[in-house]
This record gives sequence, structure tokens and C-alpha cells, in this order.
Amino acid sequence: MAKNGEKLFIKGNEAISRGAIAAGLKCYFGYPITPQNDIPEYMSAELPKVGGEFVQAESEVAAANMLIGAAAAGSRCMTSSSSPGVSLKQEAISYLAGSQLPAVIVNMNRGGPGLGDIGPSQGDYFQATKGGGHGDYRTLVLAPGTCQECYDLVIEAFDLAFKYRNPVMILGDAIVGQMKEPVITREVKEHDAAEGTEWRIEGAKDRDHRIIKSLFLTEGSLAGHNQALQAKYDDMAKSTKQELFETEDAELIVVAYGSIGRIVKSTVRKLRAQGHKVGLFRPITLYPFPSEELNKLAKQGKKFLTIEHNLGQMVEDVRLSIRTITDSDFFGFMPGNLPTPDDFEEPILKSLGGK
Amino acid sequence: MSEQEILAFDKADAIVDVPTHYCPGCQHGVAHRLAGELLSEMGLTEDTLLVTSIGCSVFLYNYLNVDSVEAPHGRAPAVATGVKRARKDKFVLSYQGDGDLASIGMAEIMHIANRGEKVSIIFVNNTVYGMTGGQMAPTTMEGQKTTTSPNGRDPMKEGQAIRMAEIIAQLGGTAYSARVALNNVKNIRKAKKAMKKAFEVQQKGLGFGFIELLATCPTNWRMTPIQANERVESEMIPYFPLGVYKDATAED
Ligand SMILES: Cc1ncc(C[n+]2csc(CCOP(=O)(O)OP(=O)(O)O)c2C)c(N)n1
Ligand code: SF4
Repeated sequence: MAKNGEKLFIKGNEAISRGAIAAGLKCYFGYPITPQNDIPEYMSAELPKVGGEFVQAESEVAAANMLIGAAAAGSRCMTSSSSPGVSLKQEAISYLAGSQLPAVIVNMNRGGPGLGDIGPSQGDYFQATKGGGHGDYRTLVLAPGTCQECYDLVIEAFDLAFKYRNPVMILGDAIVGQMKEPVITREVKEHDAAEGTEWRIEGAKDRDHRIIKSLFLTEGSLAGHNQALQAKYDDMAKSTKQELFETEDAELIVVAYGSIGRIVKSTVRKLRAQGHKVGLFRPITLYPFPSEELNKLAKQGKKFLTIEHNLGQMVEDVRLSIRTITDSDFFGFMPGNLPTPDDFEEPILKSLGGK
Repeated sequence: MSEQEILAFDKADAIVDVPTHYCPGCQHGVAHRLAGELLSEMGLTEDTLLVTSIGCSVFLYNYLNVDSVEAPHGRAPAVATGVKRARKDKFVLSYQGDGDLASIGMAEIMHIANRGEKVSIIFVNNTVYGMTGGQMAPTTMEGQKTTTSPNGRDPMKEGQAIRMAEIIAQLGGTAYSARVALNNVKNIRKAKKAMKKAFEVQQKGLGFGFIELLATCPTNWRMTPIQANERVESEMIPYFPLGVYKDATAED
């Protein structure tokens, strides 16, 4: 059982690993790719000590498909990777969603397209939030901005995965994964070992055999299945998470997520000290997107600027959320470079001044 | 006829009493039956977790009375690995066709064998992609006409048919690998014995169990069931020799 209140000085990747084990992780399947190697390395050493299974798979394809098996058997299971590896996992993620199986997938987003670079980027936002694999499905997506959030959100990810019987993605990058910060561990409520007994495969004894599948060939059955999935996604939309910082009297709200949200926070602090009325809205759930909360701010007459570490992806969700009232400016910080709070000063001031 | 033969037998508890969807003369049904009988005879029905794959056998989960999960095309060995790691106390069985196992799923089958994952895989080799309409498979034989090798498979362009039982036997974690055929009663009896061995190495915790079944696909071979059985005998068995290629139980 995870210790309560222990203060550790660790990397985001290690916080994710520790959080997952605290949440009752039983099976981890991985494949090396920078910048997430700390996770499989940690798991290989630590997971067996608590009776869990670690497999270094032959590929990301295999690792993600191992999740299907472990999830079908009802175990808390996880894989982690970075952009090109996550592309390979998409087939299995689509099957997990289609088969209604719970699993956690970590993507420490790096630069792309193609092989790109190994530095931080937010180029996988579309892939993470719009499905990524084939078919009508969504993955719950949580975006940590601090090492503490890495720890806390991965714990929440397992609960959400089982609550909705759906894959949950943790979307980070090299900034949040590689930086070290103090993390306070917490005692995690031991999850019910009987979790999933009503659907998991465990041997057909004294009941009809169970089939976990995503194939629905008889007329109308796929439509019914997709309707059930949609109802689930509608329900997820009720519990979005976000951080609001200095938004109350702000004239301009900057919308930014993950490590960029955190860097923007520093910029906002600095500009506030200079008397500028700016604030930050940092979505923590990227899917479902916190549209309602953003819409409330739009109704208050705020201006918006979306800042991302890409060429403009989340800005589409921001615009959808506020489109009946106003619009958002966009500033994209090119992947391939590492931003500092100063890099965001000029675009924020420009947006504030309406130029 | 003076003598009346009464054909009556008990249905194994692992077999669901429903008609199957296979073409006349297709031996997937025979393979299912053998698997179901063995699960019943070995007392494994309630403890089996089945992984089904893509191909004509995709509906196996409707025919075996065991809990099951469906794998994407080729990935059944990875899915089976996940199942076994999560439930080491269960008997894990997987079932794949030749397109599924030897083409798209080549990496997964190699590595499950090499890791010595304690699962059993039934591999149905009918030298063709059945479900998608008879395209060339990795096991399609030299000169064999398929919809994507209309002039017959040319080894200079398309390579030779892959012999899986031999390859799997080479890998470190394999405890049992054998090839059998389903073309006549004698061979079917032998097939059942070999399948039993493949199941037993899992039960004994010795490693990975692999069983290749030479089977017919009369529809895509454009043959009658009888002609198809003859082809197994005259063409397939000479190229895909029957036999046990690895048996860890023989070594102890
Ligand atoms: C990723 C992917 N590619 C292709 C297919 C299409 N597909 C369905 S069954 C099949 C061939 C199966 O052939 P085999 O494994 O030999 O089994 P058989 O039908 O002969 O029993 C293919 C290619 C698929 N379902 N998924
Ligand atoms: S197409 Fe071939 S493998 Fe498929 S059911 Fe018909 S005979 Fe069997």
C-alpha cells in the first residue's frame, strides 16, 4: 500500500510510475522510446516487487494488444510510449474502446510528424482527443502540468477507466516527464479486487460464457453499440477538470494545457505584477473538453488567446466552446524549440491590446 | 441394409450446441470439435480463457462454451500474453489461421514462443486467406493459384510457403511444437493426441505449446471436400511434413 504523505523529489515519469502502482497496477507492457524510458525502467524493477507483471513487448503494437488481454481479464493495466509508438498503439486503443475495456495509456508527446525530434511538443492533441484509431470512439484524456499532477492524475485515470470501461490517456511531454519536483504521495483507497466481475473473463462457471468483442455483424447491432458508447461519452462530459488562475477580473484569458499551461502561468504572474488584466484557463481533461466552463467566461465578455506547442489544434475546441459569443486568438510555439515564460509575453500583450 | 448403425455420442460440455457457419468440408469445425472435446476431457472448460482471432474462425467464441476475448488481426499472441499475465491460474488457449499468424502476426507469434509464455496456440494452415476470399497466404504453396497469385505462387517473386511448426520449434520458450493433419480419421486421432500434449505443457508450466493443423478450404481451393482431402495428402503433407518438432516432456 502506498505510503501517506511521503514527500519525494522525483521526475514526472517516476511520479506516473509510482502513482500507477499506488493505484493498484497489476500489468505493465512497454517498449523503449525517448522521452518515456524512465517508466518501463521503473516498472521493470518495482512492479514485480508488489506482485505485478512487467513485459518488455516486441513492439508498441504488441504492448498495446497485451493491454487488451490483461484488461479483458479485469486487471489494472497500463502501457506508456511517445508519439510514433502511440501511433502504433492506435489499432489496439480502437479495439479497447470498441470492446469497452479499461486501460491506461501514457503518451509523453514528442515532436513530429514522422520521427520528428525527442523534445517536447503538443502535436498529438488531435490524435489523443479525436480518437486516433479507426471508428467512432473517444479516449478520455488527462493532461498533467506538474509532477504532482502526474502522480494524482494517473490514479484518477484507473478509476475513470473502470468507471467507464474505456481507455484513458495521460498526455504529457518531455517537460513534465523529465523535470523534477516535490511530489507528495498519498494513501490510495484500495480498489475492490472484485472490480469488473460483472463483465471480465475469468472462466465460465455456473453461468453463460462471456464474449468480449468489438465485432457486431447482425443488422442494427453495431448502431446500438455505438449509441451506447455515445451515451457514455455524454456522461463523461459532466465531469471535466480545469485550473482557473487570475481569471475573475481578467480581460484576456489565455487557454493553454499541460506543461505549456504551466509556463504560461509564470507569464501571467509576471504580467499581473505589471498591472495587466490577464488570466489562465488550463484544461486538465482534454477529452471531454471543458467547454461549459470556458463558455461561462465568454459570457462574461472575456477575450481569448489559445497558446499551444504546435501549429494549432486545441484552438479548434476552444473556438467550438465559445463560438456563439466570441472567438480566440492563437499563438503556436513551434515544436523543436523549448519555450520560456518570456516567449509568451509579447503574444499575450498583443492579444490584450487587440492588435 | 440389414445393420443399422446408431451414431450417438455425448456433446462435450465445452461445445455449444449451435450450427456453425463454415462451408461444407471445411476443417475449422473439426479443429473446434477436437479443442472442445479436449477441454472437456481435461476438465478445463470452466478454467479456460480463450483468445479468438481474425479470419473464418472469428466466431469460435460462439462455438466454445468458455469465456473469450477477440484479438485484432494477427495480435492474438499478444492478447493471450496479456490474459495469461493477468490470470496465471487460468488455462489460456488461442486459435489463429495462417494469414493471421504467419503474415500480419509473424512478430507476435515469434515472441510469444520465445518468451515461453504458458499458453497454447492452435494454428490452422489451409494455405490460403479464407475469409477474405482466397488470396495468397504465407503458406500458399509453390504454383498454387489464388486470387492474388493468379498464375500460381512464384517463389522467385513471392517466396516459398513458410513452415511454421519447424520455426516455432527453434525458439527458446517453446515446450511443444508439432504438425498434424485433419484429412482422415487416423490423422484426426493423432491430431487430438498432439493437441493434448500442447495443452499439457501449459498445465505443467513447461512453456509455450504450438500445434499446426493442416486443414482444407474447399471453397477457396475450388474443390469438393473429397478432392480437398486428397490435396492435403498428395501436396501439403509432402511439403509440410507431419511430426513433432519439439517436445519438452520427451526431454525430462
Ligand atoms: C488489420 C486487418 N487487416 C486485414 C483484415 C482483413 N482480414 C480478415 S480475415 C483475413 C484473412 C484471414 O485468413 P487466415 O488467417 O488464413 O484465416 P482463414 O480465414 O483462412 O481461416 C484478413 C486479411 C483485418 N480484419 N484486419
Ligand atoms: S472459406 Fe475456407 S476456411 Fe473459410 S469456412 Fe469456407 S472452407 Fe472454411
